[in-house]
Amino acid sequence: MKQQASVMGATENLVPDTRHGVILYMENVSVSFDGFKALNDLNLYINDGELRCLIGANGAGKTTLMDVITGKTRPDQGKVNFGQQIDLLKLNEAEIAQAGIGRKFQKPTVFEALSVYENLYLSLKMDKGIWCSLWHKLNGEQKDDIERILATIGLTEQRHGLAGNLSHGQKQWLEIGMLLAAKPRVLLVDEPVAGMTLQETERTAELLTSLAGEHSVVVVEHDMSFVRSIARTVTVLHQGSVLAEGTMAQIQSHPDVKRVYLGEEST
Amino acid sequence: MKNFMALFATPVQRVTGILAIVTLYVTLANGLLPPDSFLYVSDYSVTLLGKYLCYALLALSVDLVWGYCGILSLGHGAFFALGGYAMGMYLMRQIGDRGVYGNADLPDFMVFLNWDVLPWFWAGSDSFIWMVVMVVLAPGLLAYIFGVMAFRSRVSGVYLSIMTQAMTYALLLAFFRNEMGFGGNNGLTDFKDILGYSLQSGSTRLSLFIITAVVLWLAFFICNRIVNSKAGKIVMAIRDAENRSRFVGYNTASYKVALFTFSAVLAGIAGALYVPQVGIINPGEFSPINSIEMVIWVAIGGRGTLYGAIVGALVVSYAKTRFTAIMPEAWLFALGGLFVLVTLLLPKGLVGLWPTLKAKAQQLWPKTKEQAL
Ligand SMILES: Nc1ncnc2c1ncn2[C@@H]1O[C@H](COP(=O)(O)OP(=O)(O)OP(=O)(O)O)[C@@H](O)[C@H]1O
Ligand SMILES: [Mg+2]
Repeated sequence: MKQQASVMGATENLVPDTRHGVILYMENVSVSFDGFKALNDLNLYINDGELRCLIGANGAGKTTLMDVITGKTRPDQGKVNFGQQIDLLKLNEAEIAQAGIGRKFQKPTVFEALSVYENLYLSLKMDKGIWCSLWHKLNGEQKDDIERILATIGLTEQRHGLAGNLSHGQKQWLEIGMLLAAKPRVLLVDEPVAGMTLQETERTAELLTSLAGEHSVVVVEHDMSFVRSIARTVTVLHQGSVLAEGTMAQIQSHPDVKRVYLGEEST
Repeated sequence: MKNFMALFATPVQRVTGILAIVTLYVTLANGLLPPDSFLYVSDYSVTLLGKYLCYALLALSVDLVWGYCGILSLGHGAFFALGGYAMGMYLMRQIGDRGVYGNADLPDFMVFLNWDVLPWFWAGSDSFIWMVVMVVLAPGLLAYIFGVMAFRSRVSGVYLSIMTQAMTYALLLAFFRNEMGFGGNNGLTDFKDILGYSLQSGSTRLSLFIITAVVLWLAFFICNRIVNSKAGKIVMAIRDAENRSRFVGYNTASYKVALFTFSAVLAGIAGALYVPQVGIINPGEFSPINSIEMVIWVAIGGRGTLYGAIVGALVVSYAKTRFTAIMPEAWLFALGGLFVLVTLLLPKGLVGLWPTLKAKAQQLWPKTKEQAL
């Protein structure tokens, strides 16, 4: 174990300690933009290996929450830990990604000038330093990884095409593929099925549920039928705080939720 | 004939082939042909070509950061000039006691300023090896420090371009001052020889030209390797979606710093090769307009291709030589006009024209080809 740690170098202390079963801790987190509280004293715990759905009206703070976890936005106060011991607020975006937190953006962002294959290549979990990148050659195992992911996301035929030429849905899939290539412990997925056909949506649901267990998956989605099809535990955000948490059935019968969220939606 | 053309299939082969042919031709024509021959290449032309090749190397360095990483540097002239000054200092010291004042230890301008010892930063400048080290170190270090400050604080786009202009302008002002110890507004000149070979002799000039061609080829080869490596793809990813690259786990600032520094070193080497061929280096090389001109070479040639930068530098420099002989005042207007025209009509530059023309030609004469076969 010692030996392995020294080989891992800088990332040695970046393996999250999940002995308590929790992989992400957010405690009393607040973020404000010009006085407006996008997150307001938020508490959220994600268990290791679970699939969690985050729902909430527009502007509830779902994307901001992901920004905080991935280092894009620094909170005004609060604690954000990866496992028990890693303080994410001390790391930058690249370090957080290397530690094992992957993210899919609300608006699909892939590297448009590169091929589908190269997009996955750059996303593989490996040394991301310059020196290594200058001399890097794909080994057999890595090639197999890429092939497998290409098959999973259904882009084997487009592998040498430019990512910029993919359809919207295909870009969404490529971005999920890039997440898989990084072999993260936690996947944060912001609105994965926006702009997808019904069939694509179903495949995405299958994929995400199959990922849970080995990975912890946090999904933000507005599409309620999609949430219903994958959800085990659902967290409702409202004005920057957690309003309710539980199974889909519990959430739907929760009085607060009925009032502010489902109530709003039905009007 | 077909086999011969296959040698020019890829851009690398094309650049290698053309550079080799031109260098060989110039060498033979200058060295063996009688001066009254129609095919003779004069010493003057050899040096002029050598100068163009230095510009091509400089353009290559600009394209590496601009075309591949989106860093629009308007300060590469500063790196070029620093490399040039490092070489100039060495050449100054080689003059020895052959200067006007006959002082073996001090360059003329220092005697003129009544200095009696070499300033500390001239220490070692009489060593060729030290000069080579400084040619790399001076521009490299400046680019590194500048890059760390700018890229770590995430300055990009127009702001970055303005900062690079300010950098070269500040250096221009500094090097103009006599107290800086670099010859003030006259700069460094009146060089006599390099490694004991007279700079006036035809064979030295030819050698410098050949060395420049070899260095340009080597730099092109290395740049090509870089942009085709995984690191090159990362750099392009940073150009198009820097944020995304960070979330994939790349420390984008360090990639930019490394690329910028390497590019500055190339520019410095170009400057060092330039100075012995033109015989002078002065603060004018730092002027902001020079740095803008380099960017225009790349835009006209075609950015993001490497060889486009070389083509652009050669074509525009040749045009400039021709044009300034007739109407020197109008050159900047001509350059500006050319830039606007190319940006509007040829967004991919001159080298982008080639595939288009080929496709057109095939459209127009598809039959003739079949008949020929
Ligand atoms: N950089 C920013 N500057 C100012 N305000 C911001 C910024 N980012 C987010 N906000 C505001 O914070 C609030 C929460 O935004 P956020 O994007 O987290 O909502 P969301 O739950 O993801 O909404 P949606 O469902 O529309 O994606 C919104 O009111 C938004 O306008
Ligand atoms: Mg959002």
